Amino acid sequence: MSSADASADSTEEAPVAETDEAREGLLARLTDELGDALVGSHLVAGDDLWIRVDRDAWLESARLLRTGLGFTYFSFLSAIDWMPSPYGRSMDSQVDRTLEDVASADPEPIEQGVAGGDTRFQILARVNDVPGHRGITLKADVPDNDLSISSWIGVYPGANWHERECWEMFGIEFSGHPKLEHLYLPGAFEGHPMRKDYPLLARHVKPWPGIVDVEAMPDDGDGEDES
Amino acid sequence: MTDVSDRQQLSYIAAQAADARVNLEIESEGMTLNLGPQHPATHGTLRIIVRLDGEQVIKADPVMGYMHRGYEKLTEVRSYPQVTALVNRIDWLGSFANEVPFILAAEKLMEVEAPPRAQWIRTLLFEMSRIANVVLFLGDMAVQVGAVTPVFFAFRDREHILNQMEAVTGGRFHPNFDRIGGLKDDLPKGWVDETRQVMKKMRRFCDEIETLVMGNEIFQARTRGIGIIPADVGLSYGLSGANIRGSGVDHDLRRDNPCGLVHDQIDWKVWTHPDGDSFSRFWVRLQEVRESTLMVDQLLSDIPAGPIMAKVPKIIKVPAGEAYVETENPLGAMGYYIVSKGDLVPFRVKIRSASFSNVSITPWLLQGVYVPDIISILGSLYFILGDIDR
Repeated sequence: MSSADASADSTEEAPVAETDEAREGLLARLTDELGDALVGSHLVAGDDLWIRVDRDAWLESARLLRTGLGFTYFSFLSAIDWMPSPYGRSMDSQVDRTLEDVASADPEPIEQGVAGGDTRFQILARVNDVPGHRGITLKADVPDNDLSISSWIGVYPGANWHERECWEMFGIEFSGHPKLEHLYLPGAFEGHPMRKDYPLLARHVKPWPGIVDVEAMPDDGDGEDES
Repeated sequence: MTDVSDRQQLSYIAAQAADARVNLEIESEGMTLNLGPQHPATHGTLRIIVRLDGEQVIKADPVMGYMHRGYEKLTEVRSYPQVTALVNRIDWLGSFANEVPFILAAEKLMEVEAPPRAQWIRTLLFEMSRIANVVLFLGDMAVQVGAVTPVFFAFRDREHILNQMEAVTGGRFHPNFDRIGGLKDDLPKGWVDETRQVMKKMRRFCDEIETLVMGNEIFQARTRGIGIIPADVGLSYGLSGANIRGSGVDHDLRRDNPCGLVHDQIDWKVWTHPDGDSFSRFWVRLQEVRESTLMVDQLLSDIPAGPIMAKVPKIIKVPAGEAYVETENPLGAMGYYIVSKGDLVPFRVKIRSASFSNVSITPWLLQGVYVPDIISILGSLYFILGDIDR
């Protein structure tokens, strides 16, 4: 469909009429500097740029962006768990798969978004170039067997709390972080709530009241006239 | 008693402050003070553990999470139209503004554009929620430094804005009014004229605050030169909004990235202040409220005619893709990173809230300041706990 769907693994771009020289130039520069460490990118002309870098080059790319390319403004850092939720939308907890038979349901394949990816967890961060009015979103794959990545604190001190949040919500370690402690959750909390396999218990204990909305209305026979 | 002159005492204090800054690891016979969780300066429940040496802060450690509601997780089990009711409660003083970037991001993925009239009214309400939000700051900041009266003026005058918001949306605090593809309803009859009157009142309020608070000698003594944030430090901590403009950075997403709002079609100015102290943050906010009232006046005078909803399917499915939209909210830059898999519900929503980044500078900023200045600095950073904890 649209350009956003095609998870382009290279710099080639889906049909967009306009060209974006500034962003293309930036991408070329990044490709130059990072070399093989730049494993994927996605460019929407006139709108936004994503790059995916190798995990080992995570810190280096931050340094390059901050000191070399003027991206001095740190926007946010987080992660994405690409595993489809085994609990569905938790909208229909009465007939939820957890209550019936989890094992029988085939797990859906993991599909990463723009700029591609190979792992279940991806780090996601965004930095901005304030005078240039442009931003860039960075991603990095984090393999399941070693959920860790280098901390950005040395380059962007603002990453501190974002990394703590990411650690507690996804369980990703940030090497070099001075104080990986719980930020929001109580100190003794176990588990990583933002992972897709962490159930939203409230939904399982009590059916979502919104479920009533899909029930047929009493006079549904002639309904559907109101838009 | 002692024959230490004032000058000696001052130099002693300065030396102590320098020591505290340089060598934080030194364990001295200090005292640990627990500020909050219930403190008027915290706009909710933020706790700050400060380690003191006499009257000076050696180390400040904010503790949050008392109001964490897990919105990022909750969005994953709610359909797109339902999310706006949630995100309303992030920054509860300017709640309409929270909905806007989410809706814009969803519209971007759906490749839907709201009709011009909806865009204008959106911008109008967006600016009005800024006024409602920041007006309270202007009164509240005075409370933090010991003047109680202005906050009552602020509550009194904010009521006018809330009434206007209620007249349009039906909700004083939680409008839940923005829709993918437009707005829920049109403006009520007579609203435009009433709002013009309200804007006049708000400008009068700004003048009042300017003379009552900003010209006050005590207020200036308590805020000038206190809590200085250099521009590069502020940027690397992700400060946004008036906090970074108060450090002289000319950055305003309304002008720099006017996606889906009509700020580029009206005439206005971005205010900055070079000092970077508590006073300059206050000053910038005051100018911005006044600027916003003028913006609302302009917006009111030429609202285009036409529909307020674009054609969108009744059941909203957002095509697969990723989009990040950030707008200049009352507290600073707020953005939503939406990952969609073509379903009724978002796959992942990362909420970038302004206060979270704005407050993350406090451990750095509070080093070496005096206890009373903690309060005025926190007040001047202006955060809402819902916006930190989400």
